[in-house]
Amino acid sequence: MKNFAALTRMRIQIAFRNKMFFFFVIVMPFAFFFLWLGVLAKGIPERCAFYLGPIVAFNVMGSFWGLSATLVLFREQGILRRFHVAPVSASDLLASSIVANYVLTLPIVILELLFARVIFHVPSLGNPVSLFILVSVGIVSFGSLGLVVASVTNTMQETQVLNQLLWLPLIFLSGATFPLAYLPRTVQRFGLFLPATYLVNGLQQTVVNSTTPWSRYVEILSLSVWACLTFFLSAQLFRWEPEAKVPRRAKLLVAATAIPFLLLGVAENMSDRVLREARTALETFNSSSPSSARPASLGMPGKPAGVKNPSSGNQN
Amino acid sequence: MSWTVSSHSRRSTSFPVIFAPSLAYKLTNPLGRSLRVYKETGHLRYAIRSLSRTGPTRPESTNMANSILQVENLVKRYGDVEAVRGVSFGIEEGEVFGLLGPNGAGKTSTVEILEGLRTLDSGRVSVCGLDPQRDSEALKQEIGAALQATSLPDKMRVIEAIRLFASFYKRQRDPQELLKRFGLDEKKNSFYGQLSGGQKQRLALAMALVNDPQVCFLDEPTAGLDPQVRREIYDVIEELRRDKKTVLLTTHYIEEAERLCDRVAIIDHGRVIALGTPRELKARSGGTTRIEVRLSKPESNGTLKTLEGVVDAREVDGAYVLHSQRPPQTIVSLVKHLEVGGNELVSLEIATPSLEDVFIEFTGRRLRD
Repeated sequence: MKNFAALTRMRIQIAFRNKMFFFFVIVMPFAFFFLWLGVLAKGIPERCAFYLGPIVAFNVMGSFWGLSATLVLFREQGILRRFHVAPVSASDLLASSIVANYVLTLPIVILELLFARVIFHVPSLGNPVSLFILVSVGIVSFGSLGLVVASVTNTMQETQVLNQLLWLPLIFLSGATFPLAYLPRTVQRFGLFLPATYLVNGLQQTVVNSTTPWSRYVEILSLSVWACLTFFLSAQLFRWEPEAKVPRRAKLLVAATAIPFLLLGVAENMSDRVLREARTALETFNSSSPSSARPASLGMPGKPAGVKNPSSGNQN
Repeated sequence: MSWTVSSHSRRSTSFPVIFAPSLAYKLTNPLGRSLRVYKETGHLRYAIRSLSRTGPTRPESTNMANSILQVENLVKRYGDVEAVRGVSFGIEEGEVFGLLGPNGAGKTSTVEILEGLRTLDSGRVSVCGLDPQRDSEALKQEIGAALQATSLPDKMRVIEAIRLFASFYKRQRDPQELLKRFGLDEKKNSFYGQLSGGQKQRLALAMALVNDPQVCFLDEPTAGLDPQVRREIYDVIEELRRDKKTVLLTTHYIEEAERLCDRVAIIDHGRVIALGTPRELKARSGGTTRIEVRLSKPESNGTLKTLEGVVDAREVDGAYVLHSQRPPQTIVSLVKHLEVGGNELVSLEIATPSLEDVFIEFTGRRLRD
């Protein structure tokens, strides 16, 4: 516990001295925040509420980039070797990465929520407990994903490629950038297999409909299980040495982490719950617009894809 | 004219005496007088003693049962490549032990197995009575290590690094005291990325001692450093020896092994090819000492071959090169011979055998820097 605390403090200290950290963890998230709420939502409070969940999810998910890159850099530079010869365990090091990431990301999210309320006058931030749990479990689970990426890649180049391959579907097919209801029906169905979709939907529903943690149990539980699985996997596959090879069983284990969302995706595709919620949220968004035919900045159709007669749906 | 006692030119620094200029005049005088002068001033005695410079006097073989570190028939493979092939040695408490060999000889693999960083394929190792694999956590409390190819985050301050690593151990030394001892006190608030190569290496050594370890592993501590910084690191390691620290040092620098180590294991292609004190190794190699003399009048090679201890004598570029098994006796015999024949000694150069000769003898190759 003492080692874990010392390492966490070290990671936070070093992050604050890193210009890249300021850009990627502070400047960029706020740039997206103001772009989404100020430009896409045109500062209309109800529209801002619609985008707030996705933009918070976007920033929460982004933490996996930093974690994977830092860990791979530490391994490439031989920094991990130095820790390896000291009485420090892989779990201490990985857990400190997750906690440091949490401590660094949470204030940004809180500031975003505060700005949404104060600057953009979002009517309500929804259920604070639900919001806190979803944000927390989101930071931890996507942070753990970063650790897995670091464990299965050998070089920084490989890490960046894999990060891109993961990042693009996560942000474009989950509703974090384009509302899920706008996407083609097939893509929506595919999106239900992505963990990001549940984070985005959970946060959006919390802000827009003030849903309770109990009504968001599917999102919270699935992301929590996934966080545990990915953290466990990253500890199993962790390598101190740059020349250590990725074990053959790694691919099998990585595939295993997809199981929760494969099962959930099948169930959600059958129940249509998430897609129904996404369509309802979009209707609320459209109704808040002076010209409700389409959200002006996106140039997207006002009618969600795959829905001939938008219904009120389940509000939870 | 001068008398120079130097090592082989292969060695990076000159060993050990260049006589004072004031003596040069006296050497131009008749030989008998010269000899008296040397006897009076003690220089000859010094020169002769230098030839048989006493290295550390530990016996070659160590009682493995009493060793603080034991390696028996250690084997390590990386795929099809056998990096370590049955290495065995033991280190006594308070000893500075060197693993000398070229790059890729298996030194680092051996050390990393002892540190618990790598698994062994067969054999048995014990450090402080602990099995590095089974008792890894307990072992890490007892050892210190300055690894090869390691680093710290660039934005970490020197004092933060020392404090962080000290916090991992049950037994801790005062970080401030360590920084002072390693000459890093003024740099304590500098970022790691701002340190020079020598400062980084001194920090690595300081960090290896934060837990006051029983055994200290120094893996190529001077690799890639310039000669001046290297000598700074030597001073630090010599201080460790004075403090009776047990040190396992790997190196491919001959000078480092000869200067710092009580005993040396020469390792090549994953095998220990020779083990002993530097002096023992040099003696065992069968290498002779090279004595190069310039005389005022010519001498016959045949006559010089009859001098005590000389196994070979030949004229090279106007100088006489004698190969002697007993250099002190050869010099005395030479001086007497010249005195009788009315000849004068113009210059004399002595090159002692080095560990490189031992390496060449066993492998037929040179150790490369």
